[in-house]
This record gives sequence, C-alpha cells and structure tokens, in this order.
Amino acid sequence: MTDTNIYLPHLMRIAKITEEAPAVKTFRLEFLDAAAAEAFSFETGQFGLYSAFGEGESTFCIASSPTRKGYIECTFREAGRVTASLADKEEGDVVGFRGPYGNRFPIEQWKGKNLVFVAGGIALPPLRSVIWNCLDLRDWFKDITIVYGARSVNDLVYKDELKEWEARPDVNLVVTVDPGGEVPGWTGKVGFVPPVVEALNPAPDNTVALVCGPPIMIKLTLPVLAKLGFPPESIFTTLENRMKCGLGKCGRCNTGSSYVCKDGPVYTLAQLNSLPAEY
Amino acid sequence: MAETFFLPQASLDALFAALAKDGRRILAPTDRDGRTELNPVASFQEVAADYIQTILSAKEAAFPKVERLMTFTLGAKAVDLKDAEPHAEPTVLFGVRPCEASGFGALDAVFNWDTRDRFFNARMEALAIIGVGCTKKDDACFCTSVGGGPGSTRGSDILLTPVEGGFLAEVLTPKGRAMVALAPGAFQPDPGLEKKVVEVPVAFDQPGLTRRLKDRFEDGIWMEQSLRCVGCGACAYVCPTCVCFDIVEEADAKGGHRLRTWDSCGGPMFTLHASGHNPRETQAQRWRQRVYHKFSYYPERYDMLGCVGCGKCTRACPVDMNLQEHLAEAAQA
Ligand SMILES: Cc1cc2nc3c(=O)[nH]c(=O)nc-3n(C[C@H](O)[C@H](O)[C@H](O)COP(=O)(O)OP(=O)(O)OC[C@H]3O[C@@H](n4cnc5c(N)ncnc54)[C@H](O)[C@@H]3O)c2cc1C
Ligand code: SF4
Ligand code: SF4
Ligand code: FES
Repeated sequence: MTDTNIYLPHLMRIAKITEEAPAVKTFRLEFLDAAAAEAFSFETGQFGLYSAFGEGESTFCIASSPTRKGYIECTFREAGRVTASLADKEEGDVVGFRGPYGNRFPIEQWKGKNLVFVAGGIALPPLRSVIWNCLDLRDWFKDITIVYGARSVNDLVYKDELKEWEARPDVNLVVTVDPGGEVPGWTGKVGFVPPVVEALNPAPDNTVALVCGPPIMIKLTLPVLAKLGFPPESIFTTLENRMKCGLGKCGRCNTGSSYVCKDGPVYTLAQLNSLPAEY
Repeated sequence: MAETFFLPQASLDALFAALAKDGRRILAPTDRDGRTELNPVASFQEVAADYIQTILSAKEAAFPKVERLMTFTLGAKAVDLKDAEPHAEPTVLFGVRPCEASGFGALDAVFNWDTRDRFFNARMEALAIIGVGCTKKDDACFCTSVGGGPGSTRGSDILLTPVEGGFLAEVLTPKGRAMVALAPGAFQPDPGLEKKVVEVPVAFDQPGLTRRLKDRFEDGIWMEQSLRCVGCGACAYVCPTCVCFDIVEEADAKGGHRLRTWDSCGGPMFTLHASGHNPRETQAQRWRQRVYHKFSYYPERYDMLGCVGCGKCTRACPVDMNLQEHLAEAAQA
C-alpha cells in the first residue's frame, strides 16, 4: 500500500497582493508545480490550509471562483502568529497550500431561484467565491441581492468589486456600515446588518439565503430571516471552527458527530439546528 | 478459529531471541524508577512480573507523542520542502492488556476513514501485538462495560493467558502465525488448557448510556461532574484511544520541521477562535465533549466506542475524576 503524505502542502507563489482594509489582504496564489496546477480543481464553499513555513498553517476559504482558472485567492485578516507572518510576505514569496477541503454550496440546486447573500466584516470572502460563481452563471438564477456590512467604510473589503456589483443592473447591492463608521459623502446605509436585512424585507418564496459573518451577526440575522418566512432548509451558512488537519482526523473542529472540516463548513440552518451549539 | 498452544515460561527467551533475530524491537512493561512502562527488552527477565497496566498507553507505538510530518529549508523567495518518511521500526508489543490491544481499532477508525494516514499505517504495519490476558484488576478497570473483557482477543495477534508454568497462547492472525513460525520450538501443543482470567463486573449499561446521552446534552451533571477537573489533559495523554492531535512548527529563520503532537480536547485553547470566541468555553462543556465523543459520536460515526475501559484516565487524574462512576451516573435516568 503506497499511502501518500496527506499533510504535505503544495508550494505556491504569491502572484499578487491586494490591501483590502486595515490588516486585511488578498493573496493571489499560483502553483509552482505545473502538474499540480493542472490537476487542481475546487468548488465554491471549500477551504484550504495556508502555510507560512516556520510559523504554521491557517485556515481560509478559497475566496476566488472555481470558474476563474489558473490561480486561487484568499483574503485574510491578521489575527495571530501565522496570519501576521503571512501579512509580512511580499509578491514573489512562496507559501504553502493544501486543499481543497470540506463540502460546497450546492449551487446547481438553486437554478431558477432568487439568491440573497448576507455578509458581515471579513466574512465576505467565502461568499465572494459563490457570488462570482453565480454571476458567471448569471442566467441560472433570478434576482440576486447582496447585503454586506462592515464596522466602518474603511473596513469594507473588495472595494473595487463592490463598485462593479453596484454598477450591474442584474445585482441588487446594499452596503451598510455600523453607526459611527460612515464618512462624509457615504452613500450606503448606516446600521447593523440584521435590521438592514429586516427593512429590506426579501421575499422568502423560491429564495435561498446565504449568511456569513462573525458569530454575533449570524446569531442575530438567522432569527430575522426566520421571521421573514425563510425555512431553515433555505438558509445556508458556513462555520469557522478552529481547524488543524482539515481532514477529519485531528478532532479540533468536531461538533456533535459532525466534523466541520469534512461535513462542513457549509451547513443549512436545518442542519445546524440538529448540532450542539458548539460553534 | 484461533490455533492454541502451550508456551512454557522457559521458552519466552527463545521467542524473544527469535523476534530480535528477525530484526524486531520488543517493547514490554518493565519496572523502572518505580513506574511500570513499556520499554525495549531483550529477555523475559526484564518484563515486569506483577502489573495491572502501564501508566501510559501502548498507542505510542503507532501514534507517537511527536512525529515529523515534513522538513523545510527557507531561502530567498524559495522554500525547499521535503516529505518525511514514517519511521516504522519493526516492533512487537509484548504484554499489553486486551483493552489496550483493542484500542488501536479506535485509532484506525479515525486515521483511515476517508483519507489514509500514512504515518499511522506504516507503524501499524510494522507492529505485532502479543497481548497478555488479565489475572488481576483494580477499581478503575471497566472493560466488560464497553464490550471488552480481561480475556478478549480483539486487537492481539497472539493472546497469552497465564497458566501453570507458562501461558496458553491463542494465535489469532497471520502476523501471529508468522511469529510462531519464527520460533516453532517455543510453542508446544495445547494439552487442553483452561483459559482463566479475572472477573470484571459490568459497571453500567453502555447501550443505555449511549441512548441516554441523546437527550442529556443540556443536563447539569456535566457541570457537577467536572467541577474539580483542572483541564490538565492527563486523561487524554494516557488514553489508548484519544487521537486528537496538534500540528506545530519547530523552526528558525533557515528552516525546520512541521510536527504532529498529541493534543487534548480538555484545554481551553483547543477550540479558541482567533477572534477570542470559544465554542467550548467552560470545563463542563469540554468534559461533556470527552464523554460524548467517546460514547455518542464514535458509535454514530464509526459504529464502535471511543473507549476500551482500561481505566488509565481514572488512575492518572490528579483530582480523582472517576470515569466509570461518572458514566454509571450518566447512564441513569
Ligand atoms: C473554514 C474556515 C474558513 C476561514 N476563512 C477565513 C478567511 O477567509 N479569512 C480569514 O481572515 N479568516 C478565516 N478563517 C479564520 C482563520 O482561520 C483564523 O483567523 C486564523 O487561522 C487565525 O490566525 P493565526 O493562525 O494567525 O492565529 P493563531 O496564532 O493560530 O492564533 C489562534 C489563537 O491564539 C491566539 N494567539 C495568537 N498568537 C498568540 C501568542 N503569541 N500567544 C498567545 N496566544 C496567541 C490568538 O489570539 C488566537 O485566539 C477561517 C476559519 C475557518 C475554520
Ligand atoms: S486528567 Fe482529570 S483533571 Fe486532568 S483533564 Fe482529565 S479529568 Fe480533568
Ligand atoms: S477514556 Fe479512560 S478508560 Fe476509556 S479508553 Fe481512554 S483512558 Fe481508557
Ligand atoms: S480540522 Fe482536524 S478534524 Fe477537522
């Protein structure tokens, strides 16, 4: 039996670094090994483990769309040892990546439906992948609404893409910042995400809602969607339990009998309701 | 059906010599510095004469405390990454108890569902187990409550049971037969020996416990039971089935290694998010996770228990958490 080393990452070159917001960067990564690049594919919602060699690995979603080939992107916030080391890297530096891991958003099941994306803070990256995936398959879906909130105008990520979505007639984009986070000339909304969603009042019929954000935002947004009449089967979210292996072995992400790294990170609210609230 | 033999005590050195000649290391319980632990031995005289169990578990033979996963050298805009070959020395585990021998099955369930863990598998392939059935027990033992027993053959390649003048040897697997073939003179025909082991009373109804846990998650007993737990993790480190691990870096500016080390769900850092949010904030939640992982999630996920009833956790706990008593309490209405 010739088992391979499942923990060994691919080497990736940082092709491009984008400063998104204070302490938030996007890396565009390209495989050093052409054969690995050729063999690689992923689906929206999946994540990977990114190495800063010498410091360790961090878990980020793959923030680019699987329809965009030849590279992957991740967007991360400086939070600790590994992310600080990654943030110090320059274009041309080499990092590690293993993945893709986890399950996916079942977008083919949403054909003919309306989509409502709700993202808070640094949690736009996982939704950005599925947003671009859906926009690249635009005629599969009916109305597409994106609600995105951040603490302040400065904290908004993907500022250029927000402009692009804003300009598209086939996307309804609502951007909001927390009270006090606005600047003179701000044309978006001011307010927290849950009440903004409630005021927007999206119709639940034939609609799928995707919610990603900090635990508190998710906790307060889910009841709003429930009140608006979204059934738990139509609400999707992703969990961010701490992970080490990404392969269902190290036990770190275990919640109930679920391994978030294998059975997740994408869950419907109906599935979450059957798990202990340890996320 | 297992083939049975009589293995006279006087033949054990011949068996050990044959195993050594075949290039195998023999790990057996020895008494050193007042502790009974597994150590390399050359002769049967070195094996502890009188022990119930080692303090640490035998899992280390297949899942070491620290294991190198890869090595890297750092250059300017370059990384040289080298795969680590598993260091799998041919090894015979002699004298492990039936509970521990069966514990490898619980590790295998995790390491090999879905993807396969090369490091564990290489070590398991190089490992043969000569278990020894129990003629003594202590208050911490509860193997019979979790589907095992002091004479259980599960997990052993050969199971020895002490009899007058030596051992009854049950040869159970191809690996066991290969060991017999190395020292054919050591194994004599079985004159019809009686297999007699210690009696371990059943302490609680395990299927009942597993059912009961389904609706006991929000119960106050997890808080009550864990009030004195200090979260040291000793229970996990001595446990033959605890498999949770960490992946850490040992490196300087020039390069280093990525290692895997034992970990425990009993500490607050295990689940702490970088944001400060912690899904299992209290020791009660972490104690509950330990019990549920072994007695609810393992059965659901792998159709087996994540505990073999060895009692090592109970013996090692500095504040006398008694797993068997806690489980018996949790099994009750
Ligand atoms: C499926 C999934 C997807 C994710 N996607 C994204 C994403 O797209 N973008 C993103 O930004 N994040 C994402 N995250 C979160 C991200 O994984 C963590 O923020 C990141 O791994 C933590 O950064 P770190 O490794 O630098 O922190 P670590 O150094 O591992 O820090 C972890 C914890 O240890 C503490 N700590 C750090 N350093 C020290 C120290 N020196 N001494 C003591 N304590 C310390 C920190 O406060 C933190 O609580 C995702 C997580 C998951 C599970
Ligand atoms: S050994 Fe005892 S005190 Fe330490 S974590 Fe386990 S139960 Fe708690
Ligand atoms: S939980 Fe305790 S009794 Fe059960 S296998 Fe682990 S150490 Fe042994
Ligand atoms: S991250 Fe290791 S089991 Fe999920």
